[in-house]
Amino acid sequence: MKYLGHIFSHLRKDLRLEWRSKDAINGMLFFALLVVVVFAIAFDPTGFPSTTRQISGGILWVALLFASVTALNQSWTRELRNQVLEAHRMSPAPASALFLGKALANLLFVLVVEAVLAPIFVVFFNLHVLGNAWLFALILPLGTWAIVVNGTFFAALGLRTRNRELLLPLILLPVSLPALLMMVQASTGVLTGDLDLIQIRTWITQLAGYDIIYTTVCILLFETVLNAE
Amino acid sequence: MSRSSTVRNAAWLWFIATIAVLVVGFRQAIFLVPTEETMGNLQRIFYYHLPHAILGLIFPYVNVVASLAFLYWRRRDPLKALTADALAVASAEVTVLYVGICLASGMLWGKPAWGIWWAWDARLTTELLLWLLYVSYLLLRRFSPTGQTGTLAAVLSVFAAIDVPIVYMSIQWWRTQHPAPVFGPNGGGVDPRFYPAIFWNIAGWLMWGTFVMLFRFALERRRQLAEQDAALLAIEASLETPQ
Repeated sequence: MKYLGHIFSHLRKDLRLEWRSKDAINGMLFFALLVVVVFAIAFDPTGFPSTTRQISGGILWVALLFASVTALNQSWTRELRNQVLEAHRMSPAPASALFLGKALANLLFVLVVEAVLAPIFVVFFNLHVLGNAWLFALILPLGTWAIVVNGTFFAALGLRTRNRELLLPLILLPVSLPALLMMVQASTGVLTGDLDLIQIRTWITQLAGYDIIYTTVCILLFETVLNAE
Repeated sequence: MSRSSTVRNAAWLWFIATIAVLVVGFRQAIFLVPTEETMGNLQRIFYYHLPHAILGLIFPYVNVVASLAFLYWRRRDPLKALTADALAVASAEVTVLYVGICLASGMLWGKPAWGIWWAWDARLTTELLLWLLYVSYLLLRRFSPTGQTGTLAAVLSVFAAIDVPIVYMSIQWWRTQHPAPVFGPNGGGVDPRFYPAIFWNIAGWLMWGTFVMLFRFALERRRQLAEQDAALLAIEASLETPQ
């Protein structure tokens, strides 16, 4: 229970800091909106509704991926000021609690962005979901967690590298590609109604499996990364 | 540190043996084995594509084992950890090389054979992802601050090792266009007359890959030792400074 208490403290700290400045959420929201507009110019969404439905799943996740990357880097930079990171390292609390608290905070921020973005998406692309739209309540959190858990870990990994902002997408994207495939396939399956329920469920199960595996690996290895020197 | 003459002689011997095996393999692949009936002489690329594909899946394991050894020895025996780190970077570079050659030779074969340079099917996507993972590993090594390189890279190596089977399974379920496996339970097998070219080339490229990897390993060790000597000099100089 104390472990959960630690996670909760870290989560509350990050939420409080974010609430005061609202940097990450505003930045992410606007960025995701801009990406949607750019894609709408790149592929005409109104001309061919069935094509739009085919690619919307992919566009949604690409927009969220890039928006998350912009916010993930700066979620750790607030730990660099006032030698807070050294304080974390010296404290007896488990390092993985710090990681989980921060990852959960990032998850909440990205979910807020998604909640705002999804209706905008439907409006701009005139989306008419052919499958069961409630499945998104399962796909969105699982997919977001897959991006956020690895992203938070790699952002910490690259914390003292030079070119830290450049490095995060370079190491995050290759590792996340299978999860991206699963998210996009599941989302497109729901949007187009082409895949039957069993196939969509398989994708969601694989995504859940990916989440479990990588959450475990990140928790186990975070201590090593925090004490890398 | 100067290499002992036994190591040097062994290296030269291995190098000459490798060249000899590669020459025999070349002769077998290009001149001796019979021409395949459907694709003609184009099929001979297979004798280069296959060894690089197989070996490109072995060197990542060397990397993972070396990275895990590094993490284990990091606090217990730092000198052994340095050796493990040198092996990790050497095997990662050879992986990128071999997987890259596999992709390139596959593309050169695919264009005349299928009419397309690339397809996003299970095999090709998995292979591309493997290449991307190890390029990102090398980039992390380049960007990381000195002193942390080994640890950070070892952690990423663990992630990459876990990712490869995940990628394989998820994409396998998604698409299959690449020709079905030739060897193994689902494969049709090859005509035994092709075996000499296949075996000589696998042997030759394995020997070459090992040679390049160990050479790079030796270079990395030399760099590490030079770095340690310089650090020692710096420490001694700071001790001699009058207080």
